[in-house]
Amino acid sequence: MLYDVLVIGGGVTGCAILRQLARKKLRVALAEAREDVAMGSSRANSAIVHAGYDAAPGTLMALLNVRGNAMYDQWCEELEVPLKRCGSLVVAFNEEEEKELKKLYDRGIENGVPGMELVSGARARELEPQLSQDVTAALWAATGGICCPYQLTIACAENAKANGAEIIVDAPVTGIEKTGDGYKVSLGNGKAVEARYVVNAAGVFADDVARMVGDESFSIHGRKGEYMLMDHSANLMTRVIFQTPSKMGKGILVSPTVDNNVFAGPTAKDVDDKLDTETTDEGIAELKKMSLKSVPTLNLRQVITSFAGVRAQPSTGDFILRESENAPHFIHAAGICSPGLTSAPAIADYIVDVLAKAGLEMEDKADFNPHRAAIRRFAEMTNEERAAAIAENPQYGRVICRCETITEAEIVEAIHRGARSIDGVKRRTRAGMGRCQGGFCSPRVMELLSRETGMPMETLTKFGGKSNLLFGKLKEVH
Amino acid sequence: MKRKIDVAIIGGGPAGLAAALKASEAGAKVLVLERDTQPGGILQQCIHNGFGLHYFGEELTGPEYAGRFLAKVMQDENIEIICDAMVLSFTEDRHIVAVSSKYGLIEVEAGAVVLAMGCRERTRGALNIPGSRPAGVFTAGCAQRLVNLEGYMPGRQVVILGSGDIGLIMARRMTWEGAKVKLVAELMPYSSGLNRNIVQCLQDNNIPLRFNTTVVKIHGRERVEAVTVASVDPATRMPIPGTEETIPCDTLLLSVGLLPENELTRQAGVKMDMITSGAVVDETRQTSIPGVYACGNVLHVHDLVDNVSHEAEVAGTAAARFALEGVVTTPAVKVVPEGGVRYVVPQVLSTGAAGKIDLYFRVGNAYKPARLTVTCDGKELVNRKKQVMTPGEMEKITIDATGLTGDVHVCVKKEA
Repeated sequence: MLYDVLVIGGGVTGCAILRQLARKKLRVALAEAREDVAMGSSRANSAIVHAGYDAAPGTLMALLNVRGNAMYDQWCEELEVPLKRCGSLVVAFNEEEEKELKKLYDRGIENGVPGMELVSGARARELEPQLSQDVTAALWAATGGICCPYQLTIACAENAKANGAEIIVDAPVTGIEKTGDGYKVSLGNGKAVEARYVVNAAGVFADDVARMVGDESFSIHGRKGEYMLMDHSANLMTRVIFQTPSKMGKGILVSPTVDNNVFAGPTAKDVDDKLDTETTDEGIAELKKMSLKSVPTLNLRQVITSFAGVRAQPSTGDFILRESENAPHFIHAAGICSPGLTSAPAIADYIVDVLAKAGLEMEDKADFNPHRAAIRRFAEMTNEERAAAIAENPQYGRVICRCETITEAEIVEAIHRGARSIDGVKRRTRAGMGRCQGGFCSPRVMELLSRETGMPMETLTKFGGKSNLLFGKLKEVH
Repeated sequence: MKRKIDVAIIGGGPAGLAAALKASEAGAKVLVLERDTQPGGILQQCIHNGFGLHYFGEELTGPEYAGRFLAKVMQDENIEIICDAMVLSFTEDRHIVAVSSKYGLIEVEAGAVVLAMGCRERTRGALNIPGSRPAGVFTAGCAQRLVNLEGYMPGRQVVILGSGDIGLIMARRMTWEGAKVKLVAELMPYSSGLNRNIVQCLQDNNIPLRFNTTVVKIHGRERVEAVTVASVDPATRMPIPGTEETIPCDTLLLSVGLLPENELTRQAGVKMDMITSGAVVDETRQTSIPGVYACGNVLHVHDLVDNVSHEAEVAGTAAARFALEGVVTTPAVKVVPEGGVRYVVPQVLSTGAAGKIDLYFRVGNAYKPARLTVTCDGKELVNRKKQVMTPGEMEKITIDATGLTGDVHVCVKKEA
């Protein structure tokens, strides 16, 4: 099969690009190394829709952040992905930091960010009553918001698939060969596909993929960020709280999530190993200290889990969105660190333009359907809706995940949409994301996975690969 | 489905079943809402013996223990159990909303409500154990379900963090099924489990138990490959640098504490005890909301199901009296923990308190020996020496509550 475009990498960047390509009369596919989409940076990040005052004016980051932010409402509506325009505050604790706020504000104006305001400490506390008394001033950005990064990634993938795109999972790119008409991309286990154009959205490994076509024009290094997630009852805060940024990033923020949790993070530590998502004592200690500085009322006893993600920091200091100089029709969508999530919809459009300029002819599909229906969440229904949902599908009446009130119907639907592991179900439904962290529901989710897919229990995994959960039946294990 | 009932019980485990029987005995019509597909609660997966020594005077397995109550419940025309039904909320006016596949939305107007939802296990996340997040980290109870109910082995080379009873039981169970349990690491200088379990589960199977030890790192990207343990300073409970030891294994089981499952209780606005994480109750197990009672592990975590049954019977009887006769109790005096006592249940005694009343409590430290006193208005109700008291074993003391003139102080001190 010869594809017109193969996208490498099933993160939010790759999946957003795939969605935009699915609008065209093209044969497109996406190859993801792992068992599911949203398995890298896209599942472990701050989930912030940034206003756009951070990036230096004139950079792609600045341009696409502001543009991407403005696209979020429509994307999230079409894809039924949660988005809250809760606004963000960058807080200052002294005069020096206040000067930085002014610089951020000026930069925001230059980047074209709407709805910003420099406010006093008192006004900041009106906007977010949980804020520390020590905050002296803040930059308020009304367009700042929060979303769900893995839901967005999964939704883009589902929407692209519904419009004819293909998604190949468990397909790590092991080699790329130039062919007469494009590239032959090897995907492990003897699998290979051919495509006229290739988009490199391989996240932290985008430099390795570039090397496969002889392109050494950039490198990516990993910057690990640790996070701490708290239960619904930890705090009633409603805004995203940043501290004044430093050269290592936007600092440790405290923010509500779209699922009414609160998190603190990320730390910022450069790591040699791009798969290093280990949490550390030092990281957790820093998170505790810095989050309490912003929000002293935060109840750290309510921590339900800690995790880490690795951001793809480009050697160029900016997003790399261009055709390779070494390899025609080979397009990079690389170095997508923060504000990559916010920029994703704009990056997708930008890459479509790059493909067009590189010579790919494309025509809009008349029958493209931009709508993707979310899995209906029982927890969010009214009692009348619940009664109706159970009458229609009795599986809605069986609660599997007690902490988040997730029903059998939602889990079965997630499996039918492609979840193949405990974590795949978790990202699609929230089963196992609550305070008991799957202690009660994971055996039941395993039963459902096995029942719906026919996979034997002992082959089930936490997240694909060799993350097997069981060693076999009793007395067969010696 | 809409129902009106005298007593509604949330949870059909040992607490719920015992409460149901007593409420029925007192003449109430009872409805039990159970979220699992069958009643019995966590006892269903506790296939080991050791249950019932106090209540029945004989050793039973968990399912057998539950079965004794269930047999009576099944014959009792005044008790109805709806299984596979999850309660979503209840309110101050005792209106319960539940869902089930079979009945859809279930709305219950109850004369009295007994909360018997049990507890859940503390997780890795709550402990912030650093390292990677591979498959192979299970709570002991989750592993118990996989082995005993599903028939699968979740591990072959096992380290257990925490010496809670489920962890000790699972150390033996996994060993018997052919796994190698390399170590049970306990952060504290004593076990939070029952002494009989340390002897029967660990010592009899040559499984090492190390006190003042914790897991400081989990290794392995996809499946657990090893854990690093370290000694901790007993004073600070912080790891001591240089004492780290990395133990290859494929599984880490956690038995690091149980937490009463009180989300519904909090939503309803019931007053909570910060120490037990359960409701504040009087001697009838009535919470701060009149007509709402709590018993079993949702009230405070018990070591022995026998005590759960006793406590639930108190609550079940009181709930029936409230529903049928409108017997309302109001708090009169407090029961105050002092010295080494962490908490006492009940936390208050009501205006109606009289006669012999059992106070249940736990100490925060190990005592060998201890002096236990109970006083009221300067008057000594109890003064006795106890040879051993440990946080792992719940204590019971019976007092005569007739004519109390002030708060009751329960105190444990080191005996010279």
